[in-house]
Amino acid sequence: MRKNYNFAFLDEGSKREIRRAILKGVAIPGYQVPFASREMPIGRGWGTGGLQLTLSCIGPDDTLKVIDQGSDASVNAVSIRGLVRETTGVETTTVTQEATLIQSRHRIPEHPLTRDQLLVLQVPTPEPLRTYEARETVTKRLHAEAEYTGAYLELFEQIVRYGTTTTGADHPVMVEDRYVMAPSPIPRYDNAKLNMAENLTLLGAGREKKIYAVPPYTHVASLAFDDYPFVTEEFEGARCHRCGATGVYLTQTVDPATGAQIWMCSDTDYCDQRVEAARAAATARKGGDAR
Amino acid sequence: MGYVAVSGGEQAIAASLDLTELKRVGAGRSIEVETILAALPELVEQVESEGSLWAPEVAATAVKQAQGSVEEAVFLMRAYRSTLERLYTSRVIDTDTMRVDRRISAAFKDIAGGQILGATRDYSHRLIEFELADETPADVRERAAELERALAAEPQAEAAAAQTRVPRVLTYLREIDMVRSYPLDDTEPVDITKTPLAFPAPRSVILQALSRGLTQAVIAIGYAAIRGFGLSHPTVGELRHGTVAVTIDAPGSDAPTEDDAYYLGAIPVTEVESLIVSDEVDDRGNHRSALDVGYGLVVGDDESKAIAMSVLDHSLRADDVRYPTQDQEFVLYHIDGVEATGFISHLKLPHYVTFQSKLDAALRSIAEPEKGGEADA
Repeated sequence: MRKNYNFAFLDEGSKREIRRAILKGVAIPGYQVPFASREMPIGRGWGTGGLQLTLSCIGPDDTLKVIDQGSDASVNAVSIRGLVRETTGVETTTVTQEATLIQSRHRIPEHPLTRDQLLVLQVPTPEPLRTYEARETVTKRLHAEAEYTGAYLELFEQIVRYGTTTTGADHPVMVEDRYVMAPSPIPRYDNAKLNMAENLTLLGAGREKKIYAVPPYTHVASLAFDDYPFVTEEFEGARCHRCGATGVYLTQTVDPATGAQIWMCSDTDYCDQRVEAARAAATARKGGDAR
Repeated sequence: MGYVAVSGGEQAIAASLDLTELKRVGAGRSIEVETILAALPELVEQVESEGSLWAPEVAATAVKQAQGSVEEAVFLMRAYRSTLERLYTSRVIDTDTMRVDRRISAAFKDIAGGQILGATRDYSHRLIEFELADETPADVRERAAELERALAAEPQAEAAAAQTRVPRVLTYLREIDMVRSYPLDDTEPVDITKTPLAFPAPRSVILQALSRGLTQAVIAIGYAAIRGFGLSHPTVGELRHGTVAVTIDAPGSDAPTEDDAYYLGAIPVTEVESLIVSDEVDDRGNHRSALDVGYGLVVGDDESKAIAMSVLDHSLRADDVRYPTQDQEFVLYHIDGVEATGFISHLKLPHYVTFQSKLDAALRSIAEPEKGGEADA
């Protein structure tokens, strides 16, 4: 009973169907296109939407990068990268600038993406209105009518109760003044990267069976009020313990050697490149001294 | 980089997979796929039912690979299913032609065609047979021969043999106009594996989603519907088990007929027609109590799932949604095993970035009490 799998796992009919949904998503920025999500060989809720987008778009000449919460080495990123490599044979990389296709969970790389790069984001909950409306039939109508009072009301209630908005990641955005969209649980810090980006961003929710897109040069604005503007996460006074970076998204951790609280770049490739550059510069300086 | 909690992923995953595989082979014993097929048919059928793929060998292999985890075996089947081209659509299967080896009715004692108890555990005493622990292959063969002899000697042996074209209990009730009638609906059914859910869901979608639903979830939600969070307390009009033939039209023929159809094989199914008392209003506004039908059909032997399916088929067609068991979005979105276990298990993934963002938002709400807070609200 020997069986072989197709290039990029899915059968060609399924891939075509998914690509048609992608094209519709690109044509209507921010609109959630329903699609007949397939079961994938990884957990449903572990990036199957992103994976289906990646497998439907990838060709033999692509170079793939997969990150999970910013890290290439995170177990799920390793797992997805391995699966795509095994079923396609494509080159993989950790270097953002080298990749033609980047699948990511909950981060947009620090290095700005170009028109030649496709970003695929994994989405757990594609419906930005789900927090206050459980029913799909209702949220679909709200989107059709561009009735987004509820989305703003939610932020308003947070301000009334806490004096500030308390959204974490996945802060809703308005796409091209038409659709309110869940940017996937990227930190608020990353929302701005979607606005007028050079690259195409595809978002895939496998379990919820939705595909949507932010085409290049699309206006994407985080929902906010004039007197309570949108705020990103704050890292005042913090810098990466490893590469010294500031002005990037950092995560807290504890130095196991000293027990002190320290900060680290969440984008590990960005961090690695800075460390590498610093080392090269130091070597060059030393080399200069020797001469 | 010792302080990144999850890193060195590649080696860690490889070692973890090795550990898992060692669990499968570590005790120095394995089980042949043929043995699984022969000894655990109901497990294989459940994996096929929830996996919505009829492929006994593949299912048994999945069971073996999954070390007996049904959840994992179903997952393997579904993922494999995603890679298969759909080459043909079968001819409509008429369950009237089922080769029936068991049929019972809880509505009537004497039914045309007779009640056939068939193989069932319903009246067994649940006492563990400790001697099975020492059963040898020779014991198994001997026991099989003994049982076959005994059953052949039964006076009912001939009647109990599988029958085709067994009349339906509901035919009688339909004849005397006791069952709510619906116009025949021959709309092409929606394939839920190729079309996303949309609401209100057509009947074909409801039935497919339930039939391949997580067995225990279908049973639990069906139970809720008859216990208190629903209005359906059904009477099992008929429950039948048997095999149905799957045929396809001869490729290339212009006017396909049943006689030219290709026979692909037969699958075991359990079919239930439940009767549920419901209110009916006629043209003049007069109420009358009529019987409505709930339908269940599952691959394999699971009668509880088939009955629960018939309950939910009925409750999901309610006009007036009062309970979650009547709410299509509540039931159909959450009844799929691969989706439910997938999303629950994803909680184990790192959430460092998103959690940092949550912390930041929480800190900000603490830092700005002077601007808002309950006192102002």
